[in-house]
Amino acid sequence: MAYSDKVIDHYNHPRNVGQLDKSSDEVGTGLVGAPECGDVMRLQIRVNPETQVIEEAKFKTFGCGSAIASSSLATEWVKGKTVSEAMEIKNTDIVKELALPPVKIHCSVLAEDAIRAAIGDWKKKNGVGETAGAVAVAAH
Amino acid sequence: MSANESPVAVPAGVTLPIYMDNHATSPMDPRVLEAMLPYFSQKFGNAASRNHSFGWEAEQAVENAREQIAKLIGASAKEIIFTSGATESNNLAIKGIAEMYKERGNHIITQVTEHKAVLDTCKRLEKYGYRVTYLPVKADGLIDIEDLKRAMDDKTILVSIMFANNEIGVIQPVAEIGKLCHEKGVIFHTDGVQAVGKVPVDVNSMNIDVLSLTAHKIYGPKGVGALYVRRRNPRVQISAQIDGGGHERGMRSGTLNVPGIVGLGKACEIAGAEMATEAARLQGMRDHLRNKLESALDYVEVNGSWEHRLPGNLNMSFVYVEGESLLMGINDVAVSSGSACTSATLEPSYVLKALGLGDDVAHSSIRFGLGRFNNEAEVDYVADKVIGIVQKLRELSPLYEMVKEGIDLSKIEWAAH
Repeated sequence: MAYSDKVIDHYNHPRNVGQLDKSSDEVGTGLVGAPECGDVMRLQIRVNPETQVIEEAKFKTFGCGSAIASSSLATEWVKGKTVSEAMEIKNTDIVKELALPPVKIHCSVLAEDAIRAAIGDWKKKNGVGETAGAVAVAAH
Repeated sequence: MSANESPVAVPAGVTLPIYMDNHATSPMDPRVLEAMLPYFSQKFGNAASRNHSFGWEAEQAVENAREQIAKLIGASAKEIIFTSGATESNNLAIKGIAEMYKERGNHIITQVTEHKAVLDTCKRLEKYGYRVTYLPVKADGLIDIEDLKRAMDDKTILVSIMFANNEIGVIQPVAEIGKLCHEKGVIFHTDGVQAVGKVPVDVNSMNIDVLSLTAHKIYGPKGVGALYVRRRNPRVQISAQIDGGGHERGMRSGTLNVPGIVGLGKACEIAGAEMATEAARLQGMRDHLRNKLESALDYVEVNGSWEHRLPGNLNMSFVYVEGESLLMGINDVAVSSGSACTSATLEPSYVLKALGLGDDVAHSSIRFGLGRFNNEAEVDYVADKVIGIVQKLRELSPLYEMVKEGIDLSKIEWAAH
């Protein structure tokens, strides 16, 4: 299978590998996928409580080269964004950036899920989710 | 394009890329090529031409090859039918026997880790009213003879169990199966593609009635194979699946592929002459590869029986590392993975699943297929390379980290997707 240069670059030099202290209130953790499906991603963010800017992101991924590249790219993209900006990242953006072939689109979906799961975890810890939910309901 | 900057220096004796996927196919032995060459040009005759020297010359070459093949498996030359390869041989054997013996019964027994050429042939016969039993395998990949005994009934006409498996290299108890089949008066076919030329095969002492083989797995050309069909005790009859000029005793029509057949014959002759030394050499390298990997890495598992295995096969799972990402890191080495990501179906290997392996372990498997043209320097290079990449990918693996922290992965509720 031919990989794009960008996938190979992320595979050879994965960005932001590691873990953050998941017990910290500033940290949100997303663990998505399943071992029997052949891919598991863990993406973590550390959010500045004042500005809601994601100041740090870390990942670890069990999966194919495209899954590794998708999650590596996701950590790069969320860093420096606010939580609500990061929620705007779409799997299709990842597909485009990494030139993923159709059989690897699920890797990008998983990376998007990982971002959302990490943000969801952070919101839950900080009670942001309920507020956002209430706002959403009020807007209807 | 390089998927990684190789941290392993290329030693003397190693030319990249390294081919270590000899169960898929094998490079042609130069001696085989040399034997074949005249039959593409000067000696171009049709082996079925009875009236001139061109035909006689071709026929002589074909009969010589028949002898060479027969000798390797303890058969007589008249029992060898030429085909286009093992897929055709398996189709001819199973469909041809099913058709010929349909008055006697409609039950066929095979097992779950057969090659698709056997499984899909059996599935087709089920559509035509045949009954097929697919025996399970034990955790070591071997069938249980008692299961086979229980599966046989008075309608059983054929047992088709492979000699050695193409993924995990395990060798089935062929002699026991053959003995049982002969006691019950059931025809025994074996797909011998991976075994012939690699380990001793004797159709008489093993009571094999029909055997498929192919040239390209034993350093011969692609597109040519053979079917051994027993002529005595018992005489096995097969309905032709390709009709025409009545070649090959009416069992397989079509002008013979003379250069290919010459190549198959030569490949068998070399394999027979060199089997003992080659098997010992391959097994030594294979054991060295396993030892080296096991001493450097934790959570590695050999898939399938170690004792009953082809000398050149090593199938290992590097747990918590996904197979395709591993292959990507060793892209100057040609091996195979049981990972779903490397297959067209996105399903992990059905052979590994049949052993009872979890999908996660199947996803982590690599098949190393050592062959005649591999050397020790290559084995060392491959081992070092794999070790380096597995370590790197485990640094990236959340599963490896969790297991190291003492978390039981089976207790986690994973979101299936």
